Amino acid sequence: MSVTIENPRSPYTRPRVGGLNIEKWGWIYMRVSGVVLVVLIFGHLFVNLMLGTGVHQIDFAFVGGKWSDPFWQWWDTIMLWLAMIHGANGMRTIVNDYVRKVQVARVLKVALFASAAILIILGTLVAFTFDPCPAGAPADLVASFCPVS
Amino acid sequence: MSSQPTETQAPTRRRKPRPAGTLYRGDITGLWSWVLHRITGVAIFFFLLVHILDTALVRISPAAYDAVIGTYKTPIMGLGEVALVGAIAYHAFNGLRIILVDFWQWGTTHQRLLSWIVIALWVITMAGFVPRHLISVFTGQ
Repeated sequence: MSVTIENPRSPYTRPRVGGLNIEKWGWIYMRVSGVVLVVLIFGHLFVNLMLGTGVHQIDFAFVGGKWSDPFWQWWDTIMLWLAMIHGANGMRTIVNDYVRKVQVARVLKVALFASAAILIILGTLVAFTFDPCPAGAPADLVASFCPVS
Repeated sequence: MSSQPTETQAPTRRRKPRPAGTLYRGDITGLWSWVLHRITGVAIFFFLLVHILDTALVRISPAAYDAVIGTYKTPIMGLGEVALVGAIAYHAFNGLRIILVDFWQWGTTHQRLLSWIVIALWVITMAGFVPRHLISVFTGQ
């Protein structure tokens, strides 16, 4: 009868408990989304605050001009999803680090999840149901391409 | 309590020499970059909550959106935007540094250099943004 003896120099491997290692994928998500967010947010800030007249150009007509183009609708929606999940997950890490009471931590994490979910849904609906030329709006407040009513 | 003990006075305690190099006090490559990453992250998170809500006002009416976004153009909010962009730029560059340290052996062995690169990139970014933004905010165009 032969007994297989494990190589004594083999590194310790933690026994796998479940299937999906959610914390590992959270760790990876923070890095992958972080790289994409650097591009999306720097682009967002450059177009809105550096080009044109900077912060003074931002009004309803400016948003109307951007969101009549699917490119910016998708840019902002992807930015919204990635940033909101990235931020909520980061806040979850901070709750795990500093909140000692289990019940308080649970309430905070439910609040983080709820606020992230609500704002993601709200923001996505706003970006894709947006009408740059709402009926009856004053012509001087909307984009110049809107038909004069 | 008539006789004052004179010989039981505590001897002047000699200060122990600090253990050299064994006590972690934090430096820019470690503790402080970690603390700053947390503080800027939390600040950006709460701004994001507000920013999604103020942008959602475009679905209410053009006048409602313009009224609220108009407050972003005041001098106090202009200074706040400098702080916000500063926090975002730091969080972005330091996050990229963390990724390099995690995945790249060279990054792990050159953490100190990478931290100074983060600071340099932050200074360059702010040098490009702050004058342009503040001139715009304070001259009104």
